[in-house]
Amino acid sequence: MTYALEIEGLLKNYGDGFQALKGIDLRVAEGDFFALLGPNGAGKSTTLGIVSSLVNKTAGKVRVFGHDMDTDLSRAKLSLGVVPQEFNFNQFEKAFDVVTTQAGYYGIPLRQAKASAEKYLKKLGLWDKRDTPARMLSGGMKRRLMIARALVHEPKLLILDEPTAGVDIELRRSMWQFLEDINRQGTTIILTTHYLEEAEALCRNIAIIDRGEIIRNTSKRDLLQQLSVETFLLDTENTLAGPPDLPGFEVKLDDDGALEVEVSKGTSLNALFIELEKQGIRVLSMRTKANRLEELFVRMVEENAKQAHKVVEVSS
Amino acid sequence: MTFSALWTAFYTILTREIRRFTRIWPQTLLPPAVTMTLYFIIFGSLIGSRIGEMGGFDYMQFIVPGLIMMAVITNSYSNVVSSFFSMKFQRSIEELLVSPVPNWAILAGYVAGGMARGLSIGVIVTLLSLAFTQLSIHNLAMVVVTVFLTSALFSLGGFINAMLATKFDDISIVPTFVLTPLTYLGGVFYSIDMLPGFWQGVSMANPILYMVNGFRYGILGVSDVNPFVSLGMIAVFIVLLAAVALHLLSRGKGIRH
Repeated sequence: MTYALEIEGLLKNYGDGFQALKGIDLRVAEGDFFALLGPNGAGKSTTLGIVSSLVNKTAGKVRVFGHDMDTDLSRAKLSLGVVPQEFNFNQFEKAFDVVTTQAGYYGIPLRQAKASAEKYLKKLGLWDKRDTPARMLSGGMKRRLMIARALVHEPKLLILDEPTAGVDIELRRSMWQFLEDINRQGTTIILTTHYLEEAEALCRNIAIIDRGEIIRNTSKRDLLQQLSVETFLLDTENTLAGPPDLPGFEVKLDDDGALEVEVSKGTSLNALFIELEKQGIRVLSMRTKANRLEELFVRMVEENAKQAHKVVEVSS
Repeated sequence: MTFSALWTAFYTILTREIRRFTRIWPQTLLPPAVTMTLYFIIFGSLIGSRIGEMGGFDYMQFIVPGLIMMAVITNSYSNVVSSFFSMKFQRSIEELLVSPVPNWAILAGYVAGGMARGLSIGVIVTLLSLAFTQLSIHNLAMVVVTVFLTSALFSLGGFINAMLATKFDDISIVPTFVLTPLTYLGGVFYSIDMLPGFWQGVSMANPILYMVNGFRYGILGVSDVNPFVSLGMIAVFIVLLAAVALHLLSRGKGIRH
């Protein structure tokens, strides 16, 4: 199998002694749509920073499409496009110049660079803004400009560090559509995001990183199957004074008067409705409380935090 | 990267630098033209007419090469230091770091950009000086080589300053407290023959003295030092500063975590 990205024993120690990465291993197959998830400070951006050559590693190996970043850096970089978390273009340059200049850094002649810049600025709905200085663009436009800039040299692997942060829902969905399209056309995509709905909607494989360690690395399907409990919110016709007693279910009443019911994996929802029927409660609508991945993510990170706490207690 | 890809990358950095300093010409091209015109009027015409000859030339002719060199030095330096530090500050330097451009090509691009501004100012100041005096070139090759190498040297200096700088104050300290005093004491306005023996010796330790005199030799044919020693000194400094700049780039000093 060809891997778009292979990371072995990646270690990062900062000067103040903080260990951001504790020797992580990660493989992302060619053509994958991969999410790297984790709470703030878990090591996501450090990992992607090392892959992007923006952070110096302490130890370990990184290969992009088989090109070792220690010995074949130029080819590795040619295969890679990077969309960082923070805006990092020259604020005074016009949008078109931001993209064509980046193409020039990759050795693409100006005529070809202009054609490629036009293609991606049009695809991302920025062509009308091509002569606008980058600082005058809205937040969503700036994010799309960084995507156009990252794609201008047609990389085989695109890395996006929280690409839709601060972007409204409509625009976010159009960006998802765009990313799905380029992934279908063969570009491998790795993204980090705090919107777990985004990872659930887009990605096929997911790694969860916490405290500098990969705590789970599997397919989204396998991950979601590990979810043992799902929480549903039921809007009822009757106004309830308190949570009803539904045998076999954990029930709470939320602030808006909706019933919050935890349903264990394997339990039939019919059983829940039979119990509700018995109590004369009519359900008008039903929805999941949070997206499933989010629920699982929170549990895993909490579990990892508890274990880390235990280790500290034992060793102290 | 292939040779043509490397050339494209280098040319992209150079043209972006030229685009930058021409876009903000009231900050980059106009001030040195105004300042040097004032030098020509005040030191050259008004005060110079009372000083008489220096080194066998009238005072205006004597100071013109030094003033051209001073403009080239300060502008080459300040172009690179402000441009590269701004890129660090805005983080747009990351555009270069993620790309396959090798460090030496990044350095060459910035140095060429600094030289483009330094030499543009050199041409502007030279044209302005023609309104005040006549210039005849004694040795064109010496003029061209000295001005090119000096411009490259101070572009390298500006690059190192920008790499090491962590705040805007850091990019004005060296020009204010090192570059300006060394330039003023580097024989721009006087011949070191006028100094007592001890201060002549001290002046010989000032690298800018060699550049000003090398350039003055090219234009007037007179110099306080051997012009070939001047060229040798500049070349040695270029090699040293280029090595330091490449070392800082490979370590990612101030640009990689």
